[in-house]
Amino acid sequence: MRDVDLDIAHGERVLLLGPSGGGKSTLLAALAGLLADSGEQAGEITVDGLPPADARSRVGILFQDPETQLVMRRAGDDVAFGLENRGVPAERIWPRVRAALERVGFGYPLDRDTASLSGGEQQRLALAGVLALEPSLLLLDEPTANLDPDGAALVRQTLDRSLRGDRATLVLVEHRVAEALPLVDRVVALSPGGGVLADGPPDEVLRRHGDALAALGVWVPDAEPVPRRTRPTAPPGPMLLTARQLGYRYPDSPAPTRSAPERSAPALAGVDAEVGAGEAVAVRGPNGAGKSTLALLLGGLLPPSSGAVVASTALAGRYAGRPPHRWRAAVLAERIGSVFQNPEHQFLAATVHDELALGPRRAGHPAADVAKTVDDLLERLHLAHLAEANPHTLSGGERRRLSVATALAAAPRVVILDEPTFGQDLRTWTELLDLLSGLRDDGTAVVAVTHDADFVAALADRCLDLERPA
Amino acid sequence: MRTLAPLGDTSAPLARRDPVAKLAAMMVLTIALLAAVDPVTPAAALAAELALVPLFGVRYRALLRRSGTLLVSVAGIAVTQLLFGTSDSGPVLLDAGPLVVTAGVATTALGLALRIVAVALPGLVVVATTDPTDLADSLTQHLRVPARFAIGALAAFRLVPLLAAEWELLTLARRARGVDAGGNPVAYVRLVVSTAFALLVGAIRRGTRLATAMDARGFDSHVPRSVARPRRFTAADAAMIAGAVGIAAAAIGTSVATGAFRPLM
Repeated sequence: MRDVDLDIAHGERVLLLGPSGGGKSTLLAALAGLLADSGEQAGEITVDGLPPADARSRVGILFQDPETQLVMRRAGDDVAFGLENRGVPAERIWPRVRAALERVGFGYPLDRDTASLSGGEQQRLALAGVLALEPSLLLLDEPTANLDPDGAALVRQTLDRSLRGDRATLVLVEHRVAEALPLVDRVVALSPGGGVLADGPPDEVLRRHGDALAALGVWVPDAEPVPRRTRPTAPPGPMLLTARQLGYRYPDSPAPTRSAPERSAPALAGVDAEVGAGEAVAVRGPNGAGKSTLALLLGGLLPPSSGAVVASTALAGRYAGRPPHRWRAAVLAERIGSVFQNPEHQFLAATVHDELALGPRRAGHPAADVAKTVDDLLERLHLAHLAEANPHTLSGGERRRLSVATALAAAPRVVILDEPTFGQDLRTWTELLDLLSGLRDDGTAVVAVTHDADFVAALADRCLDLERPA
Repeated sequence: MRTLAPLGDTSAPLARRDPVAKLAAMMVLTIALLAAVDPVTPAAALAAELALVPLFGVRYRALLRRSGTLLVSVAGIAVTQLLFGTSDSGPVLLDAGPLVVTAGVATTALGLALRIVAVALPGLVVVATTDPTDLADSLTQHLRVPARFAIGALAAFRLVPLLAAEWELLTLARRARGVDAGGNPVAYVRLVVSTAFALLVGAIRRGTRLATAMDARGFDSHVPRSVARPRRFTAADAAMIAGAVGIAAAAIGTSVATGAFRPLM
C-alpha cells in the first residue's frame, strides 16, 4: 500500500475495497495504532488530530479470526476484559457488559464457556467486547472471512442489528460488497498500483468502476453470473473410488452412555459414494455432517471405523488390493491428492519452487521431469513471479493457489478439496474454477467439499448431500 | 485438556477456598514432606490428605483414575530403588543371588514412594478444583502478580487445546503431501521434529494475533487496571493455611513420637 490520501469525517461509514494482499488490513492496523515500527513507512495518519498510538482508546477493531480474539474462558469475563484494561470502576463494568451483550443479541448466560461457542457466536462475542468500550471509530477487518456460511450470516445480522443507527465512524473491509452495502454510505477502493482508485457514494462508485473493481477481485453485486463450466460430452471414465457404508467415530469419543448419548454420535455413518474419472462431485451438508471427515476418509488419510473405501485398479494399479489409508504416503500422493481447508497446514518447504518439487521428488521422478512439472504448475497457477518466495509470506489467494498446486504436482487422478473457495476474492475464485474444470475435462476426478452455492452451480456434475448423523 | 476439567463439585467447602490459599497450603505440606526422609511422616500426611479429599468435592474413584500415571511411575521408582539402592544397613529381608534387599533399602524406597504421592496428591486436587480464571484473579489481587503475566498466561492457556487438533491436521497433511517415515526410525524422528516445528510456528503466529487483539482492547495501555471480579481473602482461607500447618506439624510429630523421624539434613 502506498500514496493513499484519505479523509474520513466523524460519523462516516466507509467500505474499503482493494486487491487481495493490497494492504487493507495494514491500513486498519495503522488506524488502530497497532503497527509496530516494522516495514517501510511513509506519510502520516492521524485520528482526531492525534497519532493513532495516542488515540487508541477511541478506536475499536474486530479481526477475522474469532479464536484469537477471545481472552477469557467465560463469555462475560471476556467482554469485561477491555473495560478492566481501561480502568472502568468495578460497579460500572457489569452493566456495560450486559448492555454490550444485549446489543449484539448474545443469548447465553455470562458464564458460558467461550470454547463451546460456534465461530459465528464467538465473533459476535468478540464484537460485544469491542462495542463495550464505546469506540468512536470502529474498524472491521473482514469480520466474516473465517466463518462458515451460517456463522457469516449470523455475524452480518449481528453487525446490522448493532450498528444501524450508531453514530460511530465505521471503516469496514469486506470483499463481498452486496453484504456490506447496507452498513455503509461511502466506498473507497484502493488501486493495486498505489493511491485511491475510486471514492464516493456506493451507487456511484459501483456504477462507474464496477468492472475495474471486479478485476481487482471484488465481488461486485448484480454482476453477471459466472457461466457454467460444462463437462465435455464424453461419457465419464472408469470408476476410481468407491465408498461403501462408510463410517467414522473419533478414537477418543466415549462409548454411548445414558447420561451423555450425544457425545457418542459418530462423525460420519453409513455413507455410500463413488467418483469416476472426469467428473466433479460437490459434497454438501450442514455443519457437523462430517463433510471434512468424508474428505479425509476418501483421501486415504483416516482409517474408516466401519465400511470401506475401495480404489479401483484404474486408480490404484498394483495397490488395488489394499485400502488407500494403508498405502505409503508417496503412493497415495500420486493417486489421490488432498487439499486442506487451511493451506498453511500443507506447506513444508522454504520456497514456492521447492514446495512444488517436493511431491514429484519423493515419488522418485527424474530431475528433468520434476523441473518440467514445477515450471508448468508455476505457469498455470500464476505463481511464476513468486517461485523463490516463502510460502507463508504469500497473500491469501496465492496461498490457496499454491496449496492446490502442491496436490497437483504428483499428478493424482483424484483430487479432493476441502472448502477450496472459502473466503477467496472473485479473482482467485474464478481461477480455481477454471483450474478445476480444466482438470475435470482432462479426466481427473474432482471432489470438493463446499458451502459455496455459486461454485457448485458453476462446476459440479453431481452433488453428494450429507446429513448430520443421528 | 482432560486434566484441567473440574473433577468434582466446585462448591464443596475446600474447593471454594481462594486459589492463593490452596497454593499456600500445598506449599506448607510440600516443604514439610521434603524436610523428612522417613516413611512415617509422609504416611501420616497422606492419611490426613486422603481424609480431606471429600471436602474438596472430589470422589476417590475420580481421583484414582486421574492419578493412574503417577502411581505407575511411583511404583517404578520404588522398585528401581529397591533393586539398585546402595544402603546396606539393617537385616537382610531378601537374598536371591545377586539381588539383596536390606531393611534399610526397603525403608528408603517406601519413604520415597510415599513422599512423592503425598507431595503430588495436594497438587492434583488443587489443579482439579481451581478455575484458571480464579487463579489469575487471585494471583493479581492478593499477590500483586503483574496482570501482563497472569492474564497473558491465562489467554495463552486457552489456545493449548487447539494444539492437539492442529497436530493431527499437520500429520495428515504431511501424509497427503507424500511424506511419511515408512518404518525408518531416523525418518520418523525427522518427521516428528518437522511437524513439531510447524506446530510451533503456527502457535507463535496465533499467539501474536491474540496479543495484538488484546492490545487493541487496551491491555497495553498504562491506565491502572480495574477489577471486574473482586476477590476477598477470608478467614476461612487463612484457616485453610493454618490447617495445612497443623497437618504438617502433626505428621512430623507422629514421626518423632514413633522414633522414625529422619530429617533431610
